[in-house]
Amino acid sequence: MPPFVITVARIGFIVLLWIFVFTVVGVIRRDLFAGARSSRLVAAPRGVGAVLGNNKPAKVKRGRAAHQLVVTAGQLAGTRITLGEAQITIGRAEDSTLVITDDYASARHARLVPRSGQWFVEDLGSTNGTYLDRAKVTGPTPVPLGVPIRIGRTSLELRP
Amino acid sequence: MTAPPGSASTPAPTGELPRVRVAARSRRNAELALLLLAMLVSAAYAATAEANLLDTVTFDFWVPIVSLTAVFLAIHVVVRFLAPYADPVLIPAVALINGLGVAFLRRLDLSKANPDERADLTMFSGTGGRQLAWTLLSVALAAGLLVLIRDHRAISRYAYTLVLAGIVLVITPALLPAKYSQVNPESDAKLWISVGGFTIQPGEFAKLALLVFFAYYLVRKREVLSLASRRFLGIDFPRGRDLGPVIVVWLISLAVLVFQKDLGTSLLYFGMFVVTLYIATERVSWLIIGLLLFFGGAVLAWYLGSTIGGPFASFYTRVDIWLDPYGDPYGTGWQTLQGLLGLGTGGLFGTGPGAGQPTEIPEVHTDFVFAGLGEEIGLFGLSALLVVYLLIIERGLRAALAVRDSFGKLLAGGLSFTVCLQLFVIIGGVSGLIPLTGQTTPFLSAGGSSLMANWLLVAALLRISDAARRPVDSASPARPGGAPAGPPPQLHGATTEVIRP
Repeated sequence: MPPFVITVARIGFIVLLWIFVFTVVGVIRRDLFAGARSSRLVAAPRGVGAVLGNNKPAKVKRGRAAHQLVVTAGQLAGTRITLGEAQITIGRAEDSTLVITDDYASARHARLVPRSGQWFVEDLGSTNGTYLDRAKVTGPTPVPLGVPIRIGRTSLELRP
Repeated sequence: MTAPPGSASTPAPTGELPRVRVAARSRRNAELALLLLAMLVSAAYAATAEANLLDTVTFDFWVPIVSLTAVFLAIHVVVRFLAPYADPVLIPAVALINGLGVAFLRRLDLSKANPDERADLTMFSGTGGRQLAWTLLSVALAAGLLVLIRDHRAISRYAYTLVLAGIVLVITPALLPAKYSQVNPESDAKLWISVGGFTIQPGEFAKLALLVFFAYYLVRKREVLSLASRRFLGIDFPRGRDLGPVIVVWLISLAVLVFQKDLGTSLLYFGMFVVTLYIATERVSWLIIGLLLFFGGAVLAWYLGSTIGGPFASFYTRVDIWLDPYGDPYGTGWQTLQGLLGLGTGGLFGTGPGAGQPTEIPEVHTDFVFAGLGEEIGLFGLSALLVVYLLIIERGLRAALAVRDSFGKLLAGGLSFTVCLQLFVIIGGVSGLIPLTGQTTPFLSAGGSSLMANWLLVAALLRISDAARRPVDSASPARPGGAPAGPPPQLHGATTEVIRP
């Protein structure tokens, strides 16, 4: 083998190795931007959304519907959940939609249920209670936009 | 269960979940292209090595590479059907490292063989051939895992069985009579079970089993561990009684250190636990406690080694070599020095595949594969290799971030961190950053157990990343969808997801 060929092969191998690295990075990069939209948080658990699908027209009529649930205070402050058509369970239990690690919250604390485009908050028999602004929630209560729901030290708000 | 990848890119039917119009792309074609590129790189290495060693490229240099390509394509097809949304980067990156490993080991065989016998080194002969056979077996095992486990959460059911098996696996080599347990002549470490010509390194499998248990345990206990705490110096420290599990694992890893005389494995187990604990609780204090405990233990072992010797003596020797490799250049320091010299000879661009003298380094096919490879591909090649490892780890952590259940998060985070820590231990040892301990370089160094365990690890990561990247609305689990109106029933199986800003 002429030394020239060997030198070319040797350098070529390293170049090829780096081409591989950059191709991989390119794939990851494209993945990142494709995922920016798809990884948006959707609080609808699998397969449940279809059940409530027929409520949609009523929702459109109302105009300013809630689209997001935002945690405004507590450990999870800043968390946003995009609202789907399914209910949102809140509590310390692992299978809740929003798992809050709050000493004053019960395992299954409260839930938010959409009915005809309006979200209702409902206490699930929690120990320390759920408050809508200042009032204790006893039955299903409609939640206006921007009014804090307080659970322990956590506060949540519906946003458009 | 899974939608065919082709139809996955169509938007969700209207009315179902209007805002979930996910660009659900499985990226399997990208994986295929990357895989072929990876095998091309391996083939380039094999060809250049032959050109340098034999002064000609034989007609069948491509046979091992092509058989590797075939088996990697097979797992690609398995993934296409069984985990269509799995991360597209994992398999090609692992395939590249595995392919380079096989090619490098074959290159070692070539340089060890007599010049006239070199041309007829068959496909499965020598270390390289055995590594090739092990790769085929490992990939088959990984595919089997993907077939068997369709949902990673199912693994958590066997957590206690697995931890029992893991502990048995860890202590077996230390307890077996000398006839069945092979001892590494240099380090005096007891890590292998040898039965009828086969040697198994059970610790490699034990690490996976232990990790599953850690993840399972911490999912259950993390509230206690992260909520109850005392604040001291601005850091939340856990209560004394919650330290129990950490102390137990610390004791186990110290026992590994003492009885098997293997610092690397002990560091690996302990580090795995501390990091899973950190991921579960998000408390920096665990990392601080872990580091303090480990360094305390290591210093203690070193001190005991210098005074009473006994089981700690070999660890003391290792530290001695690390502190002064030139102290006994022809004796204990020989291996480390040869490795360092190899890396130094390689320089920036390396001597070229096949043109170095990696056979000068003892154990170049296992512990020192990084130094041997470094001599030939130089700093530029090695850093590319390290970046590939980094990307594998990054993809694993990414899957951990994206997956929606806590067990999956902890398992994926722990698995990718294990690869990371193992790399750090062995490469740090080879390059003289930390005392050398015998760990295998994942996917690269010769050894069936390590290869199998690491491919199983990759299969687990593929499974988790598939669950993480699968669009929420595409695959609905078997759930009775007949309930007409009213709020849906309690969602026991629903996954949780919390994203921090």
